[in-house]
Amino acid sequence: MNRLERIQRSLTKKTTPKFEIGDTVRVHVKVVEGEKERIQVYEGTVIARKGTLNSETFTVRKLSYNVGVERTFPIHSPNVAKVDVVRQGRVRRAKLYYLRTKKGKFAKVEDREFKVESKAQTAAKLEAAAAAKA
Amino acid sequence: MTNGLLGKKLGMTQVYDESVLAPVTVIEAGPCRVVSVKTKERDGYEAVQLSFGEVKEQRLSRGELGHLKKHQAAPSRWLREFPKVGDVTVGQTVKVDMFKKGDWVDVVGVSKGKGFQGVVRRHNYAGGPETHGSMFHRAPGSIGASSYPSRVWKNKALPGHMGDERVTVQRLKVVDARPDENLLFVRGAVPGGVNGLLIVRKSKKS
Repeated sequence: MNRLERIQRSLTKKTTPKFEIGDTVRVHVKVVEGEKERIQVYEGTVIARKGTLNSETFTVRKLSYNVGVERTFPIHSPNVAKVDVVRQGRVRRAKLYYLRTKKGKFAKVEDREFKVESKAQTAAKLEAAAAAKA
Repeated sequence: MTNGLLGKKLGMTQVYDESVLAPVTVIEAGPCRVVSVKTKERDGYEAVQLSFGEVKEQRLSRGELGHLKKHQAAPSRWLREFPKVGDVTVGQTVKVDMFKKGDWVDVVGVSKGKGFQGVVRRHNYAGGPETHGSMFHRAPGSIGASSYPSRVWKNKALPGHMGDERVTVQRLKVVDARPDENLLFVRGAVPGGVNGLLIVRKSKKS
């Protein structure tokens, strides 16, 4: 690991939200209005994850009054307070850009049974096991 | 002591500056040791010589080594002079803690070499059309008038070697500083490649 990479690692969040492409997520975004700060929730499907280390981002797509909206969040931004996974989707590619050209029911990601362990869940479990051991 | 110190460019990344993402260059700055102090009586001018960077002893010439040994300094890769500010004694170290978050700095480096370049790349000439029978593509064109001045003006922009020269970038913001790791996060780009020597000093324009 070179020096810069180590520095970049030090700029990442200690606990990164765990989710995968195709999941429906609720992103809790900090919004500053004047002097007040409040949390706004943005819900949609994760269609892409890009970048590495401290500059990793993810894109969330949703339909708002039948208009497609996409927002890209930096994962390690202090403004992204929390990411909740609402539903897990079954997808066969890493970037779901095809959803942009689809309409109605074709623009949906098939649900995946929650029972099937996702990579994120496995990782969380492994982590928990390791923590228990230590 | 001095108005700046020596550093090494580690590369660029992104950092949150008050919750706004900022492009930063990470600089490993210092610690620099004061190797010698030039005085008016002996040298005719005042300056502080700083050393920076570890190097194997056999990489240095005998002259360099002798100079460093004379002042009990460790073998170091770079020696540069800085203007003297206040009292300085040989053996002192200059560290990044002279800069803190929110300061403005000037950064001096040697830009990346581009080789022999034409006038379009080197001096932003527009060039001519590529097609439609044009026979004037990327040439410099006329370089002056005839009977007067009967010569080419000095400093006429022409093809030649580009880059690999000393460049100063003024007034860059220190987004973050980590004194215990000798790191400086400076907003924006800085001349030269990774691992290149940089001079970081207090900004002339603050």
